[in-house]
Amino acid sequence: MSTAPQIGLPLDRVDGHAKVTGAARYSAEYTPPGTAYAVLVCAPIASGRVTAVDAGEALSVTGVLAVLSHLDMPRIAVRPNLVPSLAGAAAHGQSFFPMQDDRVHYAGQPVAMVVADTLERAGHAAELVRVDYAEEPPVVTIEDGRDRAYEPERIFGGFVPGRTEYGDAASALAEAEVRIDGAFHLAPNHHNPIEPSATTAVWEDSHLTLYDATQGPTATRLTVAELLGVPPSQVRVVSEAVGGSFGCKAMIWHHPALAAFAAQYVRAPVRLSLTREQMFHSCGHREEQEHTLELGATRDGVLTAIRHRKLSPTSHFDDWAEPSVGPSGRMYACPNFQGVYNLFRADTMTPTFMRAPGEASGMFVLETAMDELAYRVGADPLELRLRNYAETEPGTGRPWSGKGLRECYARGAELFGWAGRDPEPGIRRDGNQLVGTGMATAFYPVYGAMNPQRARARLHADGRAVVETGCSDFGTGVGTVMRQVAADALGLSAESVEVRYGDTDLPNTVAAVGSAGSGAVSAAVHAAGTALRDRLIAQAVADERSPLHGADPAGVRVGGGRMFLADRPDTGEDYTDLLRRAMAFDVEALGEWNPPGPQGEYGTGTFGAQFAEVGVDPDLGLVRVRRMTGVFAPGRVLNRKTARSQLMGGMLWGIGQALLEATHVEPGRGRWANASMADYLLPVNADAPDVQVETVEVEDRAAPLGVKGVGEIGLVGAAAAIANAVFHATGRRFRDLPITVEAVLAAE
Amino acid sequence: MTPRVGRARIPGQAAREEGTAAGPRTGDLGPGPAEIELAVNGTARRLRVEPRVSLLDALREHLGVTGPKKGCDQGACGACTVWVDGRRVLGCLTLAVACEGREVTTVEGLADGDGLHPMQQAFLANDAFQCGYCTPGQLMSAVALLEEGHASDDAEIAEWMSGNICRCAAYPNIRAAIRQVRDGGGGDRP
Amino acid sequence: MRPFAYTRAADVAAAVAEVGSDPGSEYLAGGTTEVDMLRIGVARPRRVVDINDLPISGIEELPGGGVRLGGLARMSDAAAHPAVRGRFPVLAQALEKGASAQLRNMASMGGNLMQRVRCAYFRDGGAACNKRAPGSGCAALGGVDRGHAVLGTSEHCIATHPSDAAVALTALDATVHLRGRAGERSIALDDFFLLPGDTPEREHPIEHGELITAIEIPASEEARTSHYLKVRDRESYEFALASAAVALLVEDGRVARVRIGLGGVATKPWRARRAEAALAGAPAERASYERAAAEELAAAVPRRMNAFKIELARRTMVRALETTASLGARGGTG
Repeated sequence: MSTAPQIGLPLDRVDGHAKVTGAARYSAEYTPPGTAYAVLVCAPIASGRVTAVDAGEALSVTGVLAVLSHLDMPRIAVRPNLVPSLAGAAAHGQSFFPMQDDRVHYAGQPVAMVVADTLERAGHAAELVRVDYAEEPPVVTIEDGRDRAYEPERIFGGFVPGRTEYGDAASALAEAEVRIDGAFHLAPNHHNPIEPSATTAVWEDSHLTLYDATQGPTATRLTVAELLGVPPSQVRVVSEAVGGSFGCKAMIWHHPALAAFAAQYVRAPVRLSLTREQMFHSCGHREEQEHTLELGATRDGVLTAIRHRKLSPTSHFDDWAEPSVGPSGRMYACPNFQGVYNLFRADTMTPTFMRAPGEASGMFVLETAMDELAYRVGADPLELRLRNYAETEPGTGRPWSGKGLRECYARGAELFGWAGRDPEPGIRRDGNQLVGTGMATAFYPVYGAMNPQRARARLHADGRAVVETGCSDFGTGVGTVMRQVAADALGLSAESVEVRYGDTDLPNTVAAVGSAGSGAVSAAVHAAGTALRDRLIAQAVADERSPLHGADPAGVRVGGGRMFLADRPDTGEDYTDLLRRAMAFDVEALGEWNPPGPQGEYGTGTFGAQFAEVGVDPDLGLVRVRRMTGVFAPGRVLNRKTARSQLMGGMLWGIGQALLEATHVEPGRGRWANASMADYLLPVNADAPDVQVETVEVEDRAAPLGVKGVGEIGLVGAAAAIANAVFHATGRRFRDLPITVEAVLAAE
Repeated sequence: MTPRVGRARIPGQAAREEGTAAGPRTGDLGPGPAEIELAVNGTARRLRVEPRVSLLDALREHLGVTGPKKGCDQGACGACTVWVDGRRVLGCLTLAVACEGREVTTVEGLADGDGLHPMQQAFLANDAFQCGYCTPGQLMSAVALLEEGHASDDAEIAEWMSGNICRCAAYPNIRAAIRQVRDGGGGDRP
Repeated sequence: MRPFAYTRAADVAAAVAEVGSDPGSEYLAGGTTEVDMLRIGVARPRRVVDINDLPISGIEELPGGGVRLGGLARMSDAAAHPAVRGRFPVLAQALEKGASAQLRNMASMGGNLMQRVRCAYFRDGGAACNKRAPGSGCAALGGVDRGHAVLGTSEHCIATHPSDAAVALTALDATVHLRGRAGERSIALDDFFLLPGDTPEREHPIEHGELITAIEIPASEEARTSHYLKVRDRESYEFALASAAVALLVEDGRVARVRIGLGGVATKPWRARRAEAALAGAPAERASYERAAAEELAAAVPRRMNAFKIELARRTMVRALETTASLGARGGTG
């Protein structure tokens, strides 16, 4: 009679069929008749001025429609101002827009744009645009800019203060029985989703449609509307399928607006796809960073002080740093904490969110130091964490809205086989490999939307429902959980619910960022589904011809496509009967979820435990991850299958972070020296071992539907677990990422 | 010898036997646009392209066959993997004109009408993708892998699938999907 | 990409005539290098001549135990051939550790020898590069040179030769067969690659339009106990940081015959003749291998970021020798 709950079930992805058949449409795959192609010309210098642009040869290429530079580009309507897309407003990736004047602020900054009738012609003509520069010596790396450091008031788009303190870390460190001091260096990283960012811009009269690869269709709409000076209502953004993002499509960079300008200029639809190389200098990166971490503790390893400082480069226009020192102040019970950011202005674009921005880097630092502390005081690394377990939020003493970390440690240790681990480093051999195991804690904040989240649910007379939100699904599985949440709210099978998303013509939701997307969207869909259900029930109890006539709506349940009395399930009727009698084609309801805002009474966070086993070939400098176990407490899991994939993908990202990923800066030139997928090394299939992933269900009192998100927590701590395993294997401590072959060879 | 890959529905199998004249053409094409004919998923398609147009761009921009993806355009990611004459190759490093007289198969040619290829079903069931952008290339490699006989164990699967990068890192699930099809009797039978 | 014309050659003579007589024409075989070079603007022909229909893709077992690989034999077909696997396991392994399955299906054996370097400055039209633009300088010197060579370098070029297969082929004393307008000739593989010296733009001692019709590998007893070790950051689909191809015959505990190629560390597929000389007749044990490896790398020149490759190359060679010796001891043939 009733339908089994769908929430939590491991349903296949709603977009799965389209994705395995090639039918799914990504933003570069809309080609209206007459589509022209735009290709960017980017500065090879990191600092200086454009002194001349000669488009003559480019314009002589057959099929070329336009060559635009700062000399003839339309001017933007407002000066962009970086606000994270979670705020729900225009979300410029940086407070700068290119091709407005002759100044070059960073290598790869667009200085001209060519539009032609075919991709090949546009690309060739772009090579023929001659741009002359007056080059100035760039400052890009920490090595270049260390002397210029300053302490910013706020970082991370204004979300985070530049300094956080409680207690007196300096005094506590001075008095500590045990001190662990470490300096860490982390190479810059790039997101490298396999789909390069692309926008197809189509004008019809004064209305603009953008097919854009974005984490937030509404963010693209608001940002482009603001830059072009057109009403947002005249801008529609479609993002049916997005080929990964990991943060580089979370903010809106220059290319969607440039595509719109180009389409306006040539009076034809225009496609602007970034090349892989351009992806390295067009949508941000995780910045190079140097950390100093000092731990003070008792002889038993009980923390008395944490001081965590970070130095990193930012752009000339924004005070950006990912908030890496934040977790150090929230992770362990420690009365004294100081976290300080230092920045210096560099000839770089503004760095941006990259999966677990701040946590992935900061928790590597903290969890490496905690491992070191464990060895120093002779405690098992897991036991050391338990000794410092934060029963309430450090610094504030607020109760957690939900934690579950103790359960994650226990289950993770059990799955991995941590018990009985011999702590002695450097003594286990398997052929040419030294084998070691390591663990680390995972922590990710709980972010929430700030503005109302909407969804629409419609029930058709045939008993099938359609649920709609504007959000995009870039692999998170949000579309699939929309179906599950709506099915449960309406008492339908999942198969009878169709979902539509990725279009600003649909009800508005915030950009899916900060692991908050599925929670926000689910809450909106739940609101829409229950609103529609309540409406249908109200209609039934008011209808004399309904078996439910006169019943108390509160006593009516739904399930199996029908409404019935809770205490007499036989009394009721199918939705289809009600609609047929009413001669209604359909019934629909808009649902709105208003985020409650910051939960003053609770400390919040998502927690987990990471375990890794590595094999190190010390002669050849090779580190290979043999297995990984992760257990997380992400609140309510909406779909076990897609959530597991998210967590697993995050953990495997830890292999890249720990061992492979580094973008190098060209000495003296200040540009990325390895801006290609052949030279920026991502893990391949053979690098990725099988992964054990589990979740523990812990109720969360603050999150919408109890959902805290799974998009980023899987990465946090994974690199530390690997690095700690390398220590266990070799007896060598690695504080710089990635841990390269040459570093392993040098550590002997 | 050309190993056959995939289902029998690759028509013609214009094998690259020695001495086989592949195309009817003599003399130069281009550099301007020239009319060529490509056999894509068993259908002859005519298009006007310059010789410099890659097979990948010809498929995506000229023929609307957008299953093959552009990830790097330099042979470093595998998203553009298609079959030419039944062998998995990279569309970004292949010229479209060079494919005249050869059989091109893309992910769109994998399913048999409405029925998914077993590998497509296995990818769905094992959640062997997230964003789906590398998936067409993964599928074309995965089906070819079984035909090549390179799926004896996980290590071999991993090595022979390493030319297809998945940034979502669905790798263990991709291996599970391939194992499932392998153990179900191979990718040929629905 | 610049525009160019395209033609398909029907036979070897026509192909050689078409390209040999026209400095603006280039061969197109598997395309894995050529199309890449066209796209990044390093190759700028007015026309490409597609040679994929030429009847030189066969793999032939020679009487006496050698193998002849057609110039257009695909890497994957060469690696899968039973004669290659049985007689020259080092080559099969080197081939299968190169690139990816898709690229190996495309790339020809001749093209593998003709592939261009992966130096980022060679690929970047805006950077100084003596190989691409003779006399413009070498931006790799003092640049990001982690992947660059430590052997066979000059002050004009330090780009690493990227091939794995050629490293095995140099250890196997292969011969390159060419057809040009002047007829046919053969060059020993080691001589087929030139050191950069002060003419890094000249990579092979051949004329424009000369076509690799075959690569011939002579029979040898030690090749049956041979092994390729490739060291790289990630487990697959990456060029070597260091590699070693070793063919070794041990008799009575001593090195009877040995041939060694090094990859990833040199400007050409590196035949380690000093190490071979040091090993001749030496006890087949680690100390000998270490001595030989040190000898070979004695002339290595480190740069800003790649000094580690000297030690890595030594250890790679030692490990490869040990592994190969253990194969021989077990009587295995790979």
